[in-house]
Amino acid sequence: MLTITDCSVLKAAPLGDRQASKFFLLRLNAPGWTAEEWRPGQFVMVRPVAWESDLPLPRPFSICEVNKEELGLFFQVMGKGTARLGTLRAGDTVRVLGPLGNFFAMEADRPTLMLAGGMGLAPFLGYAHRHPKPQNLSLLFGHRPALDSYPFERLRGLGLLKNYHEQKPGDLRIFLQAVDESIQDNARRNGLILACGPMPFLRAVRDMGKKYGASIQISMENRMACGIGACQACVVKPFVEGGSADRPLPPVFRQGLPVPVCTCGPVFWADTVDLD
Amino acid sequence: MDSGPDKLAIAIPWARGLLGLRNPVLAASGTFGYGVEYMPYGDLAKLGAFVTKGISLRPMPGNPLPRVAETPCGLLNSIGLQNCGVERFISEYLPCLPDKGVKVIANIYAHNLEEFAELAGILSAETKLAALEVNISCPNVEAGGLLFGQDPQSAGQVTAAVKKRSGTLPVIVKLTPNVTDISEIAKACADSGADMISCVNTLSAMAVDVRSRKPLLGKGIGGLSGAAIKPVALRCVWQVARAVSIPVIGIGGINTAEDILEFILVGAWAVQVGTANFSGPDMIFRLPTELASRMDELGIASLESFRGSLQM
Ligand SMILES: Cc1cc2nc3c(=O)[nH]c(=O)nc-3n(C[C@H](O)[C@H](O)[C@H](O)COP(=O)(O)OP(=O)(O)OC[C@H]3O[C@@H](n4cnc5c(N)ncnc54)[C@H](O)[C@@H]3O)c2cc1C
Ligand SMILES: Cc1cc2nc3c(=O)[nH]c(=O)nc-3n(C[C@H](O)[C@H](O)[C@H](O)COP(=O)(O)O)c2cc1C
Repeated sequence: MLTITDCSVLKAAPLGDRQASKFFLLRLNAPGWTAEEWRPGQFVMVRPVAWESDLPLPRPFSICEVNKEELGLFFQVMGKGTARLGTLRAGDTVRVLGPLGNFFAMEADRPTLMLAGGMGLAPFLGYAHRHPKPQNLSLLFGHRPALDSYPFERLRGLGLLKNYHEQKPGDLRIFLQAVDESIQDNARRNGLILACGPMPFLRAVRDMGKKYGASIQISMENRMACGIGACQACVVKPFVEGGSADRPLPPVFRQGLPVPVCTCGPVFWADTVDLD
Repeated sequence: MDSGPDKLAIAIPWARGLLGLRNPVLAASGTFGYGVEYMPYGDLAKLGAFVTKGISLRPMPGNPLPRVAETPCGLLNSIGLQNCGVERFISEYLPCLPDKGVKVIANIYAHNLEEFAELAGILSAETKLAALEVNISCPNVEAGGLLFGQDPQSAGQVTAAVKKRSGTLPVIVKLTPNVTDISEIAKACADSGADMISCVNTLSAMAVDVRSRKPLLGKGIGGLSGAAIKPVALRCVWQVARAVSIPVIGIGGINTAEDILEFILVGAWAVQVGTANFSGPDMIFRLPTELASRMDELGIASLESFRGSLQM
């Protein structure tokens, strides 16, 4: 379902260091989506109505949490737009376009490993809340800023939940080592792996997955303009060969042109798109 | 059926008659996909028309990423004309559009005169099309890479080549602002049979990052659009409208009804809205109504009387 909703801001709540936080939970009045109308992994394009033509583009964010009252987005201040979003006040109006894009696979009984790097944590909150058997879920989370910058404590009831704080050179290697072992273990149990984070992380995950024959979905964050598949800004090159009987390649992949991440993604099977 | 604010209806004269549009609000090429992408957000028939993404003879894969970067009041892009080619446009996209009420203008792009002519020939057979718009902001491969639109002679030649094969469709030639004298190019197109001029395309531009020491676009240079270019676009439309007698369609940085009126004031018959479609996909559908109310507020009785009424 594609909708545009004017949502009023309940709070742009800073996380972690309250004075200088660059991490916010943006809590919006719920746009009224039913559970069938959105799926974890989808995203929204957000633009406060007060933005004039100085910031023409809306900003894409993963849907983090949805309940009857609220739509929650989790973001980090990166540049002009997110800095302005961090100053939103209760009662301000934000235009929300979405839910957009496709979503992560979810199979209640399949061991599912979530791999998050930094802001890649966002979609997994909603995923964990929606999963019928969260005890079948594991999450490994690698991060550089302090843990309390992230809504990590909102994740409850998972089979395994572990964070890796990268504070000095070498810590990243420890995280990736743990990721590698978990991927191997998950593949052995014919599980499902979902990854979200920076591109170098996604590439590393893809490579490990290939080594162990794991089933991996990745979520991509290319620069977008329209968010609805019209402008061809956020494209990725799909592989025209590949796919399998249980998950055939989407027909547009066969046309040999790059495909928009906003409508064909943001979630892709890791072996179907060119991440290099 | 709601026919929209009646006083917005326009009939743009061309060589073989009138191009009748419900209102002067059109969606600009490359910002509105093939129309179908926007159908969930509004009724395409409520627009004057929409212009398709640039269509080439064969599919084009486009440029390296990143393809867009936001700049103050603007957008920089180097999509590189990624498109599915004319064949798939006709077989896959055109059939998805409603048969009645929606005016579709096909924007075409090629690298030599033969391809331009061939494209025009193929598309002129499509009854769902209302006009062709020729993007001449492309390198003329046979003339050493200078853009067709940067040389009066090449611009005239493309116009003539397309006109010869365009059948019963009016031909709009879309000008680039990246020239010394846009009037001269406009005249060359008009003299070669162009039915209308649209201007402007994006301004050649660049953005860089001092930390990474890299350009923000994968290709380095791109095209600037959005509110930032409106003053340039207004100047171009003003100059072109005075230089030629054929109708002009204004494009560049339009976000509001007031912006539309500015372009009409300097002589445009209609306008195209581009980058603003990215701010919200429903935005353009509200513009006709807003235009009508703004005209009421300002006491503008008709578009006709207001057009080109700038006092110098
Ligand atoms: C599908 C998707 C989901 C996302 N989910 C989240 C999320 O849940 N939380 C979060 O903090 N961030 C998320 N991002 C990244 C987020 O959109 C950018 O950090 C944000 O747009 C930066 O905007 P800015 O104005 O602060 O930065 P600026 O650099 O000023 O932005 C300029 C332009 O570049 C774009 N841009 C800049 N950085 C990125 C980036 N890393 N990815 C994509 N576009 C970028 C902006 O959207 C804007 O159009 C997501 C991106 C995508 C595509
Ligand atoms: C992402 C993007 C893609 C575009 N693609 C095309 C195109 O394929 N053909 C064309 O003639 N103009 C293209 N344009 C130019 C627009 O149609 C328009 O002339 C320009 O953006 C100025 O208008 P605006 O400021 O309202 O966006 C494109 C513009 C943008 C932003």
